[in-house]
Amino acid sequence: MRTGLDHAGGVGPGGDPTRGAMSGLRALVRVAGFGRPVTGRLMLAVAAGVAASGAAIGLTATSAWLVSRAAERPPVLYLMVAVTAVRAFGISRGALRYGERLASHDAAFRVLSRLRGGVYARLERLAPAGLAEFRSGDLLSRLVDDVDGLADLWLRLLLPYLVAGIAAAGAVALIWFLVPAAALVLTATLLFVAFLVPVFTSNLANRGERRIAGARGELAAATLEILTGAPELLVAGAAEARLEEMAAIDRRLAGAEARTAAGSGLGSLLSGLATGVAVWLGLLAGIAAVRAGSVGGVALAVVVLTPIAVHESVAGLVPASQHLPGLAAMARRLLDVVSRPDPVAEPAIPEPLPQGPYGLRCRGLQARYRSDGPDALVLPDVDVRPGDRLLVTGPSGSGKSTFAAVLVRFLEPSSGSVELVGSDSSIDIRRLSGDDVRRVVCLCAQDPHIFDTSVAENVRLARPEATNEEVRAALAAAQLDGWIDSLPDGLSTLVGERGARLSGGQRQRLSLARALLTDAPIIVFDEPTEHLDEATASTLAADLLAATAGRAIVMITHRPELIDSATWTARVDLRGSGPEA
Amino acid sequence: MLGLATAALAVAQAWLLATAISSAFLGGADAFALRSTLVALAAVLAARAGVSWAQESVARRCSAAVKSSLRMRLLRHVATQSPVLESRQGGGPSSGEVVALATRGLDALDAYFARYLPQLVLAGLVPLVVVACLATTDLVATLTVALTVPLIPLFMILIGSATERRRQRRWDALARLSGHFLDVVAGLPTLRVFGRSGAQLERLERVTDDYRRESMATLRVAFLSAFALELAATLSVALVAVGVALRLVDGLMDLRTGLFVLILAPEAYLPLRQLGASFHSSEEGLAAADQVFRIIEAPPARGAAEAPIDGSVRPVPDLSTAEIRIEGVTVRQPGRALYAPYRASLVLRPGEVVAVAGPSGAGKSTLIDVILGLRSADSGRVVVVTPDGRSAALSAFDRNAWHRRVGWVPQHPYCFPGTAAENVKLAAPDASDAAVREAMAAVGLADLDPATRLWEGGSGLSSGQRRRLGVARALLKDGDLLILDEPTAGLDAASETTVLAAIRAAARGRDRAVLLVAHRAAALAIADRIVTIVARPEESA
Repeated sequence: MRTGLDHAGGVGPGGDPTRGAMSGLRALVRVAGFGRPVTGRLMLAVAAGVAASGAAIGLTATSAWLVSRAAERPPVLYLMVAVTAVRAFGISRGALRYGERLASHDAAFRVLSRLRGGVYARLERLAPAGLAEFRSGDLLSRLVDDVDGLADLWLRLLLPYLVAGIAAAGAVALIWFLVPAAALVLTATLLFVAFLVPVFTSNLANRGERRIAGARGELAAATLEILTGAPELLVAGAAEARLEEMAAIDRRLAGAEARTAAGSGLGSLLSGLATGVAVWLGLLAGIAAVRAGSVGGVALAVVVLTPIAVHESVAGLVPASQHLPGLAAMARRLLDVVSRPDPVAEPAIPEPLPQGPYGLRCRGLQARYRSDGPDALVLPDVDVRPGDRLLVTGPSGSGKSTFAAVLVRFLEPSSGSVELVGSDSSIDIRRLSGDDVRRVVCLCAQDPHIFDTSVAENVRLARPEATNEEVRAALAAAQLDGWIDSLPDGLSTLVGERGARLSGGQRQRLSLARALLTDAPIIVFDEPTEHLDEATASTLAADLLAATAGRAIVMITHRPELIDSATWTARVDLRGSGPEA
Repeated sequence: MLGLATAALAVAQAWLLATAISSAFLGGADAFALRSTLVALAAVLAARAGVSWAQESVARRCSAAVKSSLRMRLLRHVATQSPVLESRQGGGPSSGEVVALATRGLDALDAYFARYLPQLVLAGLVPLVVVACLATTDLVATLTVALTVPLIPLFMILIGSATERRRQRRWDALARLSGHFLDVVAGLPTLRVFGRSGAQLERLERVTDDYRRESMATLRVAFLSAFALELAATLSVALVAVGVALRLVDGLMDLRTGLFVLILAPEAYLPLRQLGASFHSSEEGLAAADQVFRIIEAPPARGAAEAPIDGSVRPVPDLSTAEIRIEGVTVRQPGRALYAPYRASLVLRPGEVVAVAGPSGAGKSTLIDVILGLRSADSGRVVVVTPDGRSAALSAFDRNAWHRRVGWVPQHPYCFPGTAAENVKLAAPDASDAAVREAMAAVGLADLDPATRLWEGGSGLSSGQRRRLGVARALLKDGDLLILDEPTAGLDAASETTVLAAIRAAARGRDRAVLLVAHRAAALAIADRIVTIVARPEESA
């Protein structure tokens, strides 16, 4: 899960850093909750890790005891237990470490799966109104990267700390049993390495980063500039002079980097010193204890050499801790999204759908994207009867897309109501389940998402049980059959990431084919001709209307001139005028 | 040096510890009696920490120097070998990639220099020193260590090379997997419209779990190399310890020597184990350096025009009397199965304005790149013919000398941060202020204060002003050939008239040959001749 590395160590955005760190920690704790379903696996990894570290420490401690005891030249039989233990530790350590690696990676994968599932389940309730600002791809891919990166929380941070903590506690207990004073020293130096050194080094790193950032930014700007201007600079004979200026910036950057070099080694200096202190004071305390007779001389080597092994296993925490700020920032960003309120309240007990054919009745409808914002939509009262064609026009920002969102229960109206009118009864759509509403009212969004799979799969998602013939018929009705037939792979042609291999018109037609496959009696088109040139747009608009004959449609557009005005049974202009029959 | 110091300090530490423990244990010495050993030990422990610090600092400094050198080579290459043209052709790196590489990308070298290289030195040095020291005290332990240490790199190479690539593929697959996750999340609104969002949840977890199972199978093999390393290291330490203990019991060795061997043996394996741990950072660092070298060492095949075959560079003839003939120039557009331009031919004479017209995509800008020598033609050539009838191909000239004779206004003239005057003087840094003002006035920029500051990309100016600034720049340059790529696009009628008059004057008054790419009637009207060029799809050509 290398993605984590890319985020780690990033300097967070401005604001109070201490407050940020606190809420970041809280966020991490909450994200850590996603690991609960795989607690067993995680504990297995911890157990294997503790056993492996224990074997390493045990190897040092037992062999120190063995060699010391052997110097007293007892009968060999007395040493056999220790000899066996040393060999066992020597063999088992590698195997245990191997087991730990496998167990921890397995657990991390399982956590990733749960985390994705959990976040997805939450996003599913929020999308799309609760995720309005994520329409830009960058923010969304960062969110997704954050989810994947947070799987590293266990692998890179929690597991190493747990393992090192438990193993170190065991070693401290052993030494406490022999020479309490040495155990106290060891505890202090271990805590120093595990907690203070990371804080110190990350502060230092941040300061170094800030010092470099200025020169780095200048270099980036100058590089981009020289790249865009390269051919002209070359022809103008000015390239050399620009490169000289770049070299000056580069020298400043290299200088700043060299100045931060001294700080970068401080982490290893401090943990090295801590090991030294533990060994040296342990030796001093051990000598005193042996002199005082409180412990046998055989134990002296154990007291002195064990800290070396313990510190070796704890030293890995310094790099591990460097992931903390990055992970905390990811957790914070993620929780900020998933803790948003639902944009739509589902009824506790949804009413059943009335009998068709269906129409819609909007009364006093107003809606807004943010609860504290102004009303984005103020809709005059309007009715859509079966087979009607309603035209909705208005300048951008007048709430056209908001209206579409309300109709398919993506957004709660702030006042007024939308009723689904059936042949037997009519019912407020707020009392129906959202999925039921969307079975009746289908939306062809302004920018339909095309999945990175085949043409057929992209259409079939509207009705998974549809046969190939039905898919083909829907595509034909959307006037895509000619194009499909020209493709070597036909229906199984892959459309590329986000439908990259489709033109704007083809995307809209694919989206139409989806809607046609659903048999939804009411279809809402949100700006289907956006981003299309005039010729393509008017053909598409005509085809849309022809293909949806017999169904009621709500056409939201700011280019009504593309369609014959006689088509419309009613029109609403969101600038304020009422419906005209 | 520092590596040797590390090894020596490890030996000294082992010796001092062994001395102190054995004399306190068997000799019953107190701390006071051992004071010189204790002081020396404190010094050695502190020095070890200090050396590791010095090692990292020095490594970082080296890294900063190496990065700086790589960065400048990269920038020099991209600035003079015109990779922007390459990327326009679809082959070279994008400018975003180059910027990322020049700033953040090379930082991966830090870990390589600060962790991997020092460990590599230590891994080569420390085991040798340790084995040498052990040899003076305990032959059996020496043999144990000497035989197992070389096994470790052997194992690492054997197992590592086989699995590393597979592991890498796994990670790549993981990246694709997160692509799937992103696709599903981005498509959530669409999925909800069709009531399919719930079904995707199961699928998402299933895909991730499937992936986990496959990955674990790979990892089980991949982690074997670390397993072999750990096993060899700890098992041999255990063997040394047991061997020492048995010889102590038999009285073949004293405690001090025994402890010395026991403490020193693991030191032989430590750098190797750390080397294994930092293997990954070395890979990333090398990958970054590799990327730089791939760019620097890429043959400038389609970028610059080829040097003359015989290596002789001819002087550029006096263009104020010579003709420039473009004969059947055809350029294949990579990735588009298209020749654009296809067999373009035209003649440029001093004092004449030749307009080049053609639909967009016909290869007008590409033709200019060929005339500028920034790009080579797939067939056809550019020839300079002097009045005495002698002719020389463009490729025979030194490119810089050729450029000194040419003024060029690209479609989007480049503006760098600096004053307007500095921008106009780009190609003629020694021009006087009066000359700058004159050039600016000629293109209708008399109102623009030459001291006006421009920011990156020329922000602070309208696009029309930027274009006219570009024309002023080309007019100020004392060239014989003037090439203008749609200089009046986006200008209002009055400005257009001014600019076209200036271009016309440059041709007539100063006997310059002018090549003008233009669409609009006003621009075509000032031309002495109009040449239309076309593109051809590959199969029909």
